[in-house]
Amino acid sequence: MSYFVNEKGYYGDFGGAYIPEMLYPNVEELRQNYLQIIGDADFQQEFHYLLKNYVGRPSPLYLAKRLSERYNANIFLKREDLNHTGAHKINNTIGQILLAERLGKKRIIAETGAGQHGVATATVCALRGLECVIYMGEIDIERQAPNVARMKMLGATVVSAVSGSKTLKDATNEAMRDWINNPVDTHYIIGSVVGPHPYPDMVSIFQSVISEETKRQLMEQTGNDQPDYVLACVGGGSNAMGMFYHFLDDEKVKLVAVEAAGKGVSSGHSAATTFLGKEGVLHGSRSILMQTADGQVIEPYSVSAGLDYPGIGPQHAHLFKVGRAEYVSITDEESLEAGLLCTRLEGIIPAIESAHAIAHLEKMKFTGGENVVVCLSGRGDKDLDTYSKYFGF
Amino acid sequence: MNRITQLFKEKKNNILSIYYTAGYPGLGDTVAIAEALQKAGADMLEIGFPYSDPVADGPVIQATSKQALDNGMDLNLLFEQLKELRKNVTIPVLLMGYVNPVLQYGVENFCKACAAVGIDGCIVPDLPMVEYEEFYKDAFLENGLSNIFLVTPQTSVERIHKIDGLSNGFIYLLSASATTGKNLEVSDTTTTYFSRIAEMNLNNPTLIGFGINSKETFNKACKYANGGIIGTAFVKALHAGYLEENISEFMKEFTS
Repeated sequence: MSYFVNEKGYYGDFGGAYIPEMLYPNVEELRQNYLQIIGDADFQQEFHYLLKNYVGRPSPLYLAKRLSERYNANIFLKREDLNHTGAHKINNTIGQILLAERLGKKRIIAETGAGQHGVATATVCALRGLECVIYMGEIDIERQAPNVARMKMLGATVVSAVSGSKTLKDATNEAMRDWINNPVDTHYIIGSVVGPHPYPDMVSIFQSVISEETKRQLMEQTGNDQPDYVLACVGGGSNAMGMFYHFLDDEKVKLVAVEAAGKGVSSGHSAATTFLGKEGVLHGSRSILMQTADGQVIEPYSVSAGLDYPGIGPQHAHLFKVGRAEYVSITDEESLEAGLLCTRLEGIIPAIESAHAIAHLEKMKFTGGENVVVCLSGRGDKDLDTYSKYFGF
Repeated sequence: MNRITQLFKEKKNNILSIYYTAGYPGLGDTVAIAEALQKAGADMLEIGFPYSDPVADGPVIQATSKQALDNGMDLNLLFEQLKELRKNVTIPVLLMGYVNPVLQYGVENFCKACAAVGIDGCIVPDLPMVEYEEFYKDAFLENGLSNIFLVTPQTSVERIHKIDGLSNGFIYLLSASATTGKNLEVSDTTTTYFSRIAEMNLNNPTLIGFGINSKETFNKACKYANGGIIGTAFVKALHAGYLEENISEFMKEFTS
């Protein structure tokens, strides 16, 4: 069983490139060149130089002692929250900006929900001196004002997506429309393992540095690079795919993907895609998505803006369908409580997205001695308002 | 012979095809608009079935799509309404929309339903050629449906030939890589591209779409192709309660 993309751009039944002809030349140019460019020694050298000296990698793998005591297992936190800009998103934007430069692109566009990917994109555009346009839903612009200010300070133009439900999915539609209308000089930096082939594969390659480091760090710290469990939250699924990547072929390592149940899987206010979704096509690939019987996409809900996406990446859909990874879900309340717990036990305020992964520890049974890695994909500064309101600080 | 092929056999130039969204402005307007368009001189119709995330469309058609969904349009209802289509409409009619609603309806079922109500072809912009060939082509052909592919100024010559080989009906030439409804200047580059296509001697006839909103732009399209497609400009002209007046007024400019 292969868990990786095949030569046609598919992961089992999922993937492909469902795009209008207007996008074909851009996507095809990328498909023909991405592996060769990424494989170049010169690219690798520059990519790793920036990851080390600009992003601050490797990110620590931290044995969280008090969480470990509580759950009777060795809980390791992979500290992506300590990256420059505060989340794993920058691993991908560094990779894609170097790729865009090598393709001769002059202008960068991106979509963003909570603003983390938008900030990570605006950051690399400032770093390399490229024009940057970020599409963000009108509603998200209102509720994520600090990130909008960061993007503007970094020199990006933030365009309000006013179509449809005015959130992440519509920002993605607007970015695709921009790319259709600017077919020659523009590169679209998609922020997750979604979109037409080769995006899911390309983004997972850039994020795979997470599991690559984790294996090495586990070996150094425990003498064994095979953890028993690996946990990560899933919206589109890029931190999870980076966290799973180098463990996919090692079937002894159990992979757990944590989706956002919102107010409850059956509440009508949820983003638990594998529970609520059906197979279909969204944003250029065949995957699992939340939709009506007529194939209209349903707007998801989660307290966490980074997880309220109506689909998941095609590789996740494949891992779900063949049972390689377990897909579970955590409610708003459970995630917020886990965020506070992690803060009080370890002195680390996690992003609410990442708190979903931590929350699932509560539902697992350990016998003691298991090694468990949780991807702490981002820091919680951006979520202080939500935490404060919920806990009444 | 399918009505599309018949049309291009009988009329070589100035073919006028009109796009509109099913269920807009009123949920029950679908067949009435078709009848009024035929009466006002349209040669062919493209009826859009709405989708929540129409990435190839500009704001005007997005808005009609959203309104149609809010009105309650879906594929089941559309096929129900279209049972009345062939009572009076004799010109070729295509359905146009995105692939996900088709997938949920089921490709086979969709093609059979099209054939049953007298639909002649489909335009599904986000259905890739490879997928069409592998999973859709047989069902399309068994049900007498033409599949219409798009070509842009960036489409390579090799790919255009491949598209020509897979097409049966006509090829939809976009005047530029753009979402629907963009106001396009017909520049030297566009005319070079149109001439280049005209000189390729394709097996299929061609229609030019995107940005046609006046007699002048329509005539330009007719100079380089067998005719033109109007969408955004037409749906802008529709107002509930005045459909027949709106349609005959709009069509006068193009048929005079």
